[in-house]
Amino acid sequence: MKSLIDSKSFASKTKQNGSMWVLWLPSMFVVIAMSLPLIWLFARSIDAGSDFWDLVLRPRTLSIMLRSISLVIAVTITSALIAVPMAWLTTRTDLPYRKLWGIIAPLPLVIPSYIGAFLVVIALGPKGLLQDGLDLVFGIEQIPSIYGFTGAWLTLSLLSYPYIFLPVRATLSRMDRSIEEASHNLGKGSWSTFKNITLPLLKPSITSGGILVALYTLTDFGAVSILHYETFTWAVYIQFESMIDRSMASIFSLILVLLAILILLPTTLYSNKGRLYRNDPGTPTLPPPIPLGKWRFIATLFCIIVILFSLVIPMSVLTYWLVRGFEFFPSLTNILTATWNTFSIAIIASIMALVSSIPIAILAVRYPNSWTKLLERWTYMGFALPGLVIALALVFFGSQFATPLYQTRTLLVFGYLILFIPGCLGSLQSSLEQINPRLEEAARSLGSGGLKVFLSITLPLLRPGIMSGLALVFLLTAKELPATLILAPIGFSTLATLIWSNASEAFFAQTAAYSLVLILLSSLPMIFLISKRT
Amino acid sequence: MINNPILRCLNLNKTFKDSYAVTDITFEISEGEILAILGPSGCGKTTTLRLIAGFETPELGSIEIAGKLMSGPGTFIAPEKRNVGMVFQDYALFPHLSVIDNVGYGLKNTGQEEARLRMVLTMAGLVRLQNRMPNELSGGEQQRVALARALVRSPNILLLDEPFSNLDIKLRQQVRVEVKDILKNNGVSSLFVTHDQREAFEMGDRIIILNEGHIEQVGTAEDIYEHPNTTFVAQFVGIADFLPIYTTANTTQCALGSLYIKQNLTNMANVTLMIRPTDTSICPSDQGSGTIISRIYQGAFTLYRILLNTGDFVHSLVPSKQKLQIGTKVNLRLKSDHIPRCFEGDRAINIA
Repeated sequence: MKSLIDSKSFASKTKQNGSMWVLWLPSMFVVIAMSLPLIWLFARSIDAGSDFWDLVLRPRTLSIMLRSISLVIAVTITSALIAVPMAWLTTRTDLPYRKLWGIIAPLPLVIPSYIGAFLVVIALGPKGLLQDGLDLVFGIEQIPSIYGFTGAWLTLSLLSYPYIFLPVRATLSRMDRSIEEASHNLGKGSWSTFKNITLPLLKPSITSGGILVALYTLTDFGAVSILHYETFTWAVYIQFESMIDRSMASIFSLILVLLAILILLPTTLYSNKGRLYRNDPGTPTLPPPIPLGKWRFIATLFCIIVILFSLVIPMSVLTYWLVRGFEFFPSLTNILTATWNTFSIAIIASIMALVSSIPIAILAVRYPNSWTKLLERWTYMGFALPGLVIALALVFFGSQFATPLYQTRTLLVFGYLILFIPGCLGSLQSSLEQINPRLEEAARSLGSGGLKVFLSITLPLLRPGIMSGLALVFLLTAKELPATLILAPIGFSTLATLIWSNASEAFFAQTAAYSLVLILLSSLPMIFLISKRT
Repeated sequence: MINNPILRCLNLNKTFKDSYAVTDITFEISEGEILAILGPSGCGKTTTLRLIAGFETPELGSIEIAGKLMSGPGTFIAPEKRNVGMVFQDYALFPHLSVIDNVGYGLKNTGQEEARLRMVLTMAGLVRLQNRMPNELSGGEQQRVALARALVRSPNILLLDEPFSNLDIKLRQQVRVEVKDILKNNGVSSLFVTHDQREAFEMGDRIIILNEGHIEQVGTAEDIYEHPNTTFVAQFVGIADFLPIYTTANTTQCALGSLYIKQNLTNMANVTLMIRPTDTSICPSDQGSGTIISRIYQGAFTLYRILLNTGDFVHSLVPSKQKLQIGTKVNLRLKSDHIPRCFEGDRAINIA
C-alpha cells in the first residue's frame, strides 16, 4: 500500500499535459447529470416557501419517517446477524460443505425485492399457500397478517443479507490468519479472539455492507409497496401518481435523500482511518479450520434455515405458480419482447455508465488533487439518490425544458446513468488502484503516446474492473423498478414493469412467468460477480 | 537426554498434501537455552514451531513443555492454554490496537498486570511508542512490539518464526543483538527458526539442521561447521567441496595429494574428502594442479574458484594481499593443520 501512495504523489507531481480536457469534459457531463436531482429538490423546496416547515413537521411526515427508520434499523441488524455468522462459518470452520454454502449464500441477490414480496404474499398472505395448507389440515382459517412491518422486514432482511455477507467473507479470507493465532497464543479462547480481534477487524466490512443494506432498505420501493408498509418511497410514489400534491412528493424526496446522506456519512469517516494492515507472510500456511464440535449440527441447521427461507422456499413458490398457472401464461411474443427490452436497455445503460465512469476513475486515481477529489465525492454522492427521486427530477426537467426527450428511452437511460454510475465508478476505481502507474510510465518511456498507453496497457489491465462494472450495472438496471416505472415511455415494458403491473392486479401466473425470466437474466451477471469475489 | 528439559519433542510426525511435512522430529531444549532451527524453505521449520504452539496437531509423537504433556496420544492442549510465546514472521500485530494494548493483550487481571506491562515495555524500549498504532511503526519497532507481546506472560518457552526476515540487512544485525540480549538477560528459553546460517550461528546456543522434514544434525555451531554429519549440512552452513578419495592397500590419495588416514577405507565406495575454502593455500605455478576460473574480492580475503586438472572444483579463501588473476595456473596445497573429514556417499565417516 505504501508504494501505491508514493506512486500517486509521483503521478501528481509529474507535469500534467494539455490533454486533460479529454478527461475533464466527459466528467463534467456526469457532474451535471448528478446535480439535476439536487437542483430539482432545491427548487421545489423553495417553491414550497413558507409551507415548507409546515409540511415537514406534519404528524404524517413524522410517522412515515418513524416507519422508514425503524424498518432500516431492523433490516440492517437482522441482515448482519445472518451474514456475519454465515461468513465466519463458511471461511473459518469445518462446517460441512462450507465451499458450497459460500457459493449459495449470496444468490438471494438475484431476487428483486418486489418479486420477493410478491412471493411472500402468495405464500404467507391471506388465501396464500400456508393458509390453504393449514385450512386443509387443521381447519385454521386465519393466520397473522404478513402485510406491514413484519412482511417488509422479513423480505428485505432475507434478500439483502448478501450485501454484508460478501464483503465480510472477502475480508475474512484475506485476513492474515496469524493475527488470530497470535491471540490464541496469548491465552485467549475462540470466543474471546472473535470478540476482541476478528470482529473489530471486520468492522469496516460490516459497516460498508450494512450501509448498502440500509440504503437498499431506505430506497426500496417494490417490497414496501406490495406489502403495504408506508415508507417514504411509497408515499412519494402515491403523491406522484395521484398528482394532487407534487410539492409533498418533493419534500418527502428531500427527506429521503437527507436520510440516505446520513446513512452514507460513516463511509467518509472510515476512509480516513488506517487500512487493514498486513504483511505478506513468507511461508504459506493454511491452518486447519476451527472444529465446531457439538456446534456443528446447530451451525449447519442455521445455514439450512437461512437458505431455505431466502432461496429455496421463494423459488419453490415461484415454480408452484409456474406449474399451476401454466394456462394463464403470457404469450411467448410478450415474454420475448419484454426480455429483449430489458436486455437491450440494460446493455446500453451499462456501456454508457462504463464510458462515463472511466474518465472520472482515471482523474481520481492518477491525478489526485482537490479538484479531482471533489469530482470523485460529487459522483459518489449519487449513492444517496434513490431511483424514485431521480425519476421524478427527470420527469420535471423533461416535461419543462427538454420536451423532445420526455417519454423517450434516452431519458430512461439517462436516469439509469445517474443511478448506477457511482457503483460502476467504485469497481473501476478499485481495479485501477491496483495497477502500478510505473507500468504506464514504462510504456511512456518506450515511446508510446497517452492514448496508446491507455489502449495498450491501462485498458487491458483494467479489464477485471470493467467487467465487474458492466455486470453490476446490467444487474441493477434489469432489476430497477421505480425509475423504469416512471421514466419508461408509454408502450415500452420491461420485465420489471410487467411483474409490477401483473402483481398489482393479482395475475399470479403472469407475474411468476416474468419473474422467472428476470431471475434467470439477472443470474448471468450475478454468477460472474460472485465467481470473481471468491 | 537433558535433565528436566523445558521442551521435549519426541518423534513428531505431520504430513501435508504438498510440502512442509515433518518426520520423526526429536529434540530437547534446556532452561534458558536458545535453540535455532536452520534449514532451506519448505523443510518443515515453521511446521515444527506450529506443532509446538498448538496450531497443528501431530499425527504421531509427543510434545512436553515444562514437564507437562501438550500433544500426544489422546492429549491435545489448546494453543491458548500452553503458555508458549510466539513471535510471528509477519509479527501479526493487532492492527486496531495501539502498542500498549497489543503488548497488554495477553495479560490477565492479577493486580500486578500494570507493573508487568510497564516492565516489559521498558525492557523492549517501547515506552515512548506505547500509544502508536502498528502501522505507524518501523519494521524494527514492530518487531520489538511482537517480542514484548510474546514475553509479557512470562512464557515457558518463546518461539520465533523467521523473526528477522522482514527487516532490512543493516537493521537485522543490530536487532539480532538486541533480541539476544533481551532473551539472555531474562533467561528466556527460546526456539527460533531461520534459513540464514549466520543468524543461526550468532543467536543459537545449539542448532538443529532440518532438511525435507527430518533432522540432519543437532549441535553447536562449531560441531556443525567442523564436523558435519552429511554433505547437505556441510554445504548448507558454508562452502564445501568434495574431492574423490582413491585408496590402495597402504595409501589414501586425493587430487591434492596423499592423506594420512589411519582408518581403512578400501571397502567403501564413493568416498570423498570435504574441503573448506580455508583448508587450502595456493601459489602460482606454471605446472600447477589447477587454474583460477573466478575470484570474488571480499575485503580482507579473496575467494578463488579453481578448476583442478582432474576436473574437480575447489574453493580457496586467501588473504587479499596475494593478488592472482583469473586464468592463473596455481598449485593447491592442504594446510598442515587440516583435519580430514571424509564422507561415504552423503554420510560422514567417523575417523578416529
